[in-house]
Amino acid sequence: MTRTMKLWALLCGVLLVTGCSGGSSNWGWYVIDPSTAQGASNVRFLIGGFWATIQLSLIAAFLSMLIGLLVALPGMSANRWIRLPSRVYIEFIRAIPLLPMLFWVFYGLPVVMRSLGMPITIDAFWGAIITLAISDSAFTAEIYRAGIQSIPKGQTEAARTVGLSYSQTMRYVVLPQAIRRILPPLANQFIYIVKMSAFASVIGMQELTRRANELVVTEYRPLEIYTLLILEYLVLVLIISFFVRWLERKMGADESR
Amino acid sequence: MCADRVIDITALNKSFGDFRALSDVHLDVSLGERIVICGPSGSGKSTLIRCVNGLEQFESGSITVDGINLKDPGGVDRVRSEVGMVFQQFNLFPHLSVLDNLTLGPMKARGLSRADAEALAMEYLERVRIPEQAQKRPRDLSGGQQQRVAIARSLCMKPKIMLFDEPTSALDPEMISEVLDVMVELARDGMTMLVVTHEMGFARKVADRMVFMDAGEIVETGTPAAVFDAPKSQRFRNFLEKILQH
Repeated sequence: MTRTMKLWALLCGVLLVTGCSGGSSNWGWYVIDPSTAQGASNVRFLIGGFWATIQLSLIAAFLSMLIGLLVALPGMSANRWIRLPSRVYIEFIRAIPLLPMLFWVFYGLPVVMRSLGMPITIDAFWGAIITLAISDSAFTAEIYRAGIQSIPKGQTEAARTVGLSYSQTMRYVVLPQAIRRILPPLANQFIYIVKMSAFASVIGMQELTRRANELVVTEYRPLEIYTLLILEYLVLVLIISFFVRWLERKMGADESR
Repeated sequence: MCADRVIDITALNKSFGDFRALSDVHLDVSLGERIVICGPSGSGKSTLIRCVNGLEQFESGSITVDGINLKDPGGVDRVRSEVGMVFQQFNLFPHLSVLDNLTLGPMKARGLSRADAEALAMEYLERVRIPEQAQKRPRDLSGGQQQRVAIARSLCMKPKIMLFDEPTSALDPEMISEVLDVMVELARDGMTMLVVTHEMGFARKVADRMVFMDAGEIVETGTPAAVFDAPKSQRFRNFLEKILQH
């Protein structure tokens, strides 16, 4: 991990130095040079997209984890008719690419709802959240299923024989054990959401990518601006990775107590 | 129905796919009776006791436990509150301390306060002679200790009936007797017990009745003295020869 971070820092350093040294006419870092008034204002504009990206990702990830659990639990039923809707949902949602689904939710869903007599407006923010959450929930559902099914059946049986109900068994016995196995792939999925939130730019959401695009249009410096954009995502994802490792260590330590 | 009959199994049939696990099994158990079920592996003995508390479904026949029919709505839950179970693999909750393993059921299913549940748990830990292990995790205990915790965990729910599914089969030989001792004490206290085991010494000592199963059927039943000294069927004779030859 630290080696990867060093490698990245080195790479970025090399890019910056070669670019800033002015020897090459291909680079024009003035566009995001904070020491100039215009550069500083540009950087502020770009960095201003962080909040929207973070908000979008957090809410979408939370909803995805919730929907995923609600889909995963019936998917493990012994009854095939309870299992079926869960399987259909997962297979169906998993097969739809994110961008077409985003277009469908943003442009199509309000029309569908209106014809059903439930007129709603969907702005770019909620359109992106709904799409990200639903699209991702198929994957989180599978993560839950794998994690829960990795807990031996004897645990459920023992819990049921000491009188616990199904939901108590899940809450006090199965999920606390499964969470350690679920957490790493779930964190992976969260990083995926952060990156996929860039798609929200195409429906006008003012997040990191949208702002970069808008600045490129006025400044004509795509190389520098998109380099900074990539670094912005990198920083965000590295912070998440760091936090997740801390969480895993904490839970791992708890386990070996 | 006889007044003190607590389990009534009638014409029970069960299959796993094409495999006939139980065929036409009849068994009545009276209050306080100790029954030892033996038989070769795959004979259906575990399946039979797992049907009693609804861990396995069955196709036809009926099971009544303490007047509650398993197939009644909510029947399984009510039966489970009367029936404790001890598993071959202990199935303790690894993420909880020994004490929390014992208090979980009484607190969540019975609504006891933590203080009451812990007092109850300590009482039963004393009974299985490991109160000093209360704060440890199950993994820090030996197999024999884990199984005694599992027995105490079941007893905390104050069951009328205890089911034992090969409780000593996963234990190292030197730990078998500490678990069997606890079970013998339980039998002396008058607990109704259904025990699947190959421990014939235990069977001789505590069983009121032996049940020998083979290929999903009850082949022979009788008092230990009667069936051990004069097994009627060839299948039971073959089985006894195999497990008693060393």
